[in-house]
Amino acid sequence: MITPFVSLVVLGGITLSVLLSAYRVLRGPTIPDRVVALDNIAVNLVAAIIVFSIYTQSALYMDVALVLAILSFFATVAAAKYLLGGTVIDGSPLHTRRPR
Amino acid sequence: MTEVPYILDVLVSLLLLLGLFFLLTGTFGLLRLRDVYARMHATTKSTTFGVAGLVLAALLYLRYLGLSSGLKESLVLIFLFLTAPVGAHMIARAAYRAGVSMWQGGVVDEFREWEEKNR
Repeated sequence: MITPFVSLVVLGGITLSVLLSAYRVLRGPTIPDRVVALDNIAVNLVAAIIVFSIYTQSALYMDVALVLAILSFFATVAAAKYLLGGTVIDGSPLHTRRPR
Repeated sequence: MTEVPYILDVLVSLLLLLGLFFLLTGTFGLLRLRDVYARMHATTKSTTFGVAGLVLAALLYLRYLGLSSGLKESLVLIFLFLTAPVGAHMIARAAYRAGVSMWQGGVVDEFREWEEKNR
């Protein structure tokens, strides 16, 4: 039974990865840098939840991983739309600048 | 803790370590590469493969233990495979449109060449 020990090691490594990505979020010269780093953090969290479900031998955490993956994709798309045109939802009254 | 056969134990551990290797490689690229586009290139590829390794490990392990049919694990994998390229493409396009400059040592900007040709 080495899987619980290995999954603890992998959880530690994922924590290190999240902390290193946080450096890019804080430091990143441009906004897209921060968005890419936040997307990387979200994927790392999905990975951590999957490893935790192996560690605890429970399949319940897969729902959490799926929802977090969907939310991180929507967050990325919203950030991209914001960078592109200044508005997140097209057709809103706040829409002032046409996306190029 | 339920006992699993030795071979499955080793296989799941190897898949977990492979996934961790890919995730750490992506983060290393995010820290070390020189502009947004290169950083994005590093993170999307490596996180796709990293999560693929971890999901395969979870699928084998939980399915052997009889805790899961493996459907949700496969769904997470398929969803990440579909959305990672789409999200990266949207961010790259938005960064390019917003005028984020490339690294000065880059040698090619095919999108600008295409725009000049099709003006």
